[in-house]
Amino acid sequence: MSEEMVLRVNDLNVFYKNRKRKLFSKKNKKIQALFDVNLTMEEGEVLAIAGESGSGKSTLARAIVGINKDYQGQIWQKYDRPQMVFQDPYSSLNPAKKIGWLLAEPLRVDKDRKWTKEEIDQRVKEIMEEIELPLSMLDRYPAQLSGGQRQRVCIGMALMRSPKLLIADEPVSALDVTIQAQILELLENLHKKHGISIIFISHDLRVVYQISDHVLIMKDGRVVEEGPTRQVYKNPKHDYTKQLLKAAGIA
Amino acid sequence: MNKSQFKRNLRDNPYLLAGMIIIGLVLLMIIVGLFWTPYDTTAMNASEKLQGISLRHIMGTDNMGRDVFSRVMYGSRITLLIAIGTVFIGAGLGTIIGAVTGYFGGMLDEVVMRVVDALFAFPSILLALVIVSVFGTGWIQLLISLGIAFMPSFARIVRGEVLRCKNMDYVENARLQGVSNLRMIFVHILPNIKGVLASSILIGFNNAVLAEAGLSYLGVGSQPPYASLGKMLSDAQQYMFTTPSYVLCPGIVIVLMVLGFAFLGEGISRWK
Repeated sequence: MSEEMVLRVNDLNVFYKNRKRKLFSKKNKKIQALFDVNLTMEEGEVLAIAGESGSGKSTLARAIVGINKDYQGQIWQKYDRPQMVFQDPYSSLNPAKKIGWLLAEPLRVDKDRKWTKEEIDQRVKEIMEEIELPLSMLDRYPAQLSGGQRQRVCIGMALMRSPKLLIADEPVSALDVTIQAQILELLENLHKKHGISIIFISHDLRVVYQISDHVLIMKDGRVVEEGPTRQVYKNPKHDYTKQLLKAAGIA
Repeated sequence: MNKSQFKRNLRDNPYLLAGMIIIGLVLLMIIVGLFWTPYDTTAMNASEKLQGISLRHIMGTDNMGRDVFSRVMYGSRITLLIAIGTVFIGAGLGTIIGAVTGYFGGMLDEVVMRVVDALFAFPSILLALVIVSVFGTGWIQLLISLGIAFMPSFARIVRGEVLRCKNMDYVENARLQGVSNLRMIFVHILPNIKGVLASSILIGFNNAVLAEAGLSYLGVGSQPPYASLGKMLSDAQQYMFTTPSYVLCPGIVIVLMVLGFAFLGEGISRWK
């Protein structure tokens, strides 16, 4: 293996609590959302996870970033603190705070080092440039921004402490098509410029083709096919992959 | 928000305007009463008992010949002080308890909220009576007991709102960035519920004014010869038919205070 690994997941099983508790049922049954998922990811690659709704894509992402701690199996990461961009930019920004405040928050709560006010301002400006938003937006509230602009802010928040691994959970599915292209371009630029490894989750196989090096096809909590994107698209092995490609109008 | 926007907002929001005017008038009366009252609030004058409204006494006099207007000025100060203190204690404790239990959930939530439910089960005046009978009478005791009695309703409201907010994506986003739990509650979540909190604080003001009046009426509030609005009402009831102005005037001031706070609360909840 020429390049170094940033992430390795071995036999990951994730469970959700069954919320519907019956009065006299003895134990809380858990629902299993992922079955023996394995994946490896190399430094600086874009790994796409594709599959239909409910196939466990987001569950996998949540387990990797540590939101969901109820899992069995191993998740090994080279760097700590992976960051995540959420699907819905309308709910992932705190509506009571201004953009400038939101961007500065990751630095304010940084336990590894103390950032001075000037350093924070400086970094916020850098990031605003990266995400191609005018500095005048720092004084606005999220409600005053469009969906695309909000998603840029979300990406900016994730980038504040220069993470090495970024997980984008359907970052463009809530946006309209022209804005989608812009956000994808932004992610691609960041990937090229900073060498960030990106896990890109999507149900849209055309978007996946555009951005990813490797692809992981999931169905019902299992990985059904994986490999380099071109190879998988050209020569899909699993029926489900063929179906997906057909639905996307590619095969 | 700049000045012209504020003005436009006021014009579109008659509740807020009415509330501000009424509360402004009451506050003006109270502030003037701090420095000057037409007569000494406790000075008796045997030759002018139970007079009706006149130029000399614009709200008449009471059964001991004291000027009702002066006593209303003083009494509303005490009533307002008790209301503010009550809401301060109730909302402060309630917010902390509600936010912490709602956010952490689990056993802590169950235990604390059941205790709060038990407090809630008593009518707040009854609860305050119990506390007053333990700590003694006087307006500070009244304030503390009403504060504790009002705490459950705030705890409930805040807990519900925190429950609503804590599973939002922005909370998870903040957690990924390493925001600590306490910072999450007080810096990230609370600002999102300040609207709900503000209007429930104003409703709490109303209830506190009424509860103070009720408790003073029962004789556990401020002690004679000092006035509070509720105390004046209870003194005046015997003379309701001979000198209606004596009972009407403090009553009207209570109504104005309650109305003013209600309008303010409504106005704030409609604030754009």
